[in-house]
Amino acid sequence: MGGTMSADTAVQTIGIDRREFVARLLRACPDALVVTGLGSPSYDCFAAGDSDRCYYLWGAMGGATPMALGLALAQPDRSVMVVTGDGESLMGLGALATVGAHQPPNLTIVVLDNGHFGETGMQRSHTSLGTRLAEVARGCGIARATEVRSLDGVDALARQVAERGGPAFAQVLIRDEAMPRALPPRDGAYVKNRFRRHLGLDPL
Amino acid sequence: MTMTQSAPPAWQERIFTLLKEAGVQQVAYVPDAGHAHVIRRVQADPAMRDIVLTTEEEGVALAAGAWLGGQRAVLLMQSSGVGNCVNMMSLLQSGDFPFLTLVTMRGEHAEFNPWQCPMGRATQGAFELMGVAVQRANTPEEVEELVGAALDAVFQGGQRVAVLLSQRLIGRKQWVAR
Repeated sequence: MGGTMSADTAVQTIGIDRREFVARLLRACPDALVVTGLGSPSYDCFAAGDSDRCYYLWGAMGGATPMALGLALAQPDRSVMVVTGDGESLMGLGALATVGAHQPPNLTIVVLDNGHFGETGMQRSHTSLGTRLAEVARGCGIARATEVRSLDGVDALARQVAERGGPAFAQVLIRDEAMPRALPPRDGAYVKNRFRRHLGLDPL
Repeated sequence: MTMTQSAPPAWQERIFTLLKEAGVQQVAYVPDAGHAHVIRRVQADPAMRDIVLTTEEEGVALAAGAWLGGQRAVLLMQSSGVGNCVNMMSLLQSGDFPFLTLVTMRGEHAEFNPWQCPMGRATQGAFELMGVAVQRANTPEEVEELVGAALDAVFQGGQRVAVLLSQRLIGRKQWVAR
């Protein structure tokens, strides 16, 4: 362990309970369409209650935000939310610039940041090593970018999701603890078809 | 290098009208001179949305998201970008998403820049490895038929198709004054 441990890592060990935060957020945004990043964020959303309005990714790392952008542009009258982790978000960091360039009013990106790659042995990620995701998002032109440090932040975030007043970004500082896995369906075509049915669309 | 603003070849205008007629509303791209006319036409069309990307793999995920939400998207890119998409194309297979990309080729006909050649040679193979069918247009006459057929196969048949627009079709890039 070198001298790179940041103050944020200490914050994260006393951070937010991820399951509780996600469950409250999904409850507070019952009409939002959701794309989940692979690994723990997919498990968190599924643990809050399986729903046709969620598209759970099990791969395509870095793809949650651009996938949600395509969805948000296609469904301008619906709020669209990404629920992902710091590792998934870091792999597709350029997507924040793409979101900033296109300013979808109905897209909110929620990054559950524990500063670690949770699925692969809890190696430290860049957010433990100096990257400040909310600042990156602001620098990409997502003006409404905040760090959320307590469960109470759910309500303000849910209001932003509902308002659809410009793209929003929330870096949620969660505890770096492993949670029991809660496994959503792995058949991506099945999940796609029931999501489309939820929107009144045929499979093809 | 400056782009000449002379009239674009008819096949480029035909690509735009085919996309328009097929109801494509999202056109994502990392730019290439061979796509410049289509991009300009999309930007001028209030019913279509042009989406510039930082890397081509974003366009693969975006196209899947558009379909999830009931819209049709296409991805425009240069052959050098195809390698950037490889893992993201697993989303297309895993979710059985329709997918159409139009790819301007580099690294083949009269290529001046050797750095374009490795990915140019691997373009078709990279798509096929990831389950995307490949069609190649070598002449202006082939463009309309192949792009039109690809639009049907993708958005009616649910297939994944790449149409390669060959470097010979696009024309030699003039690097050095003769």
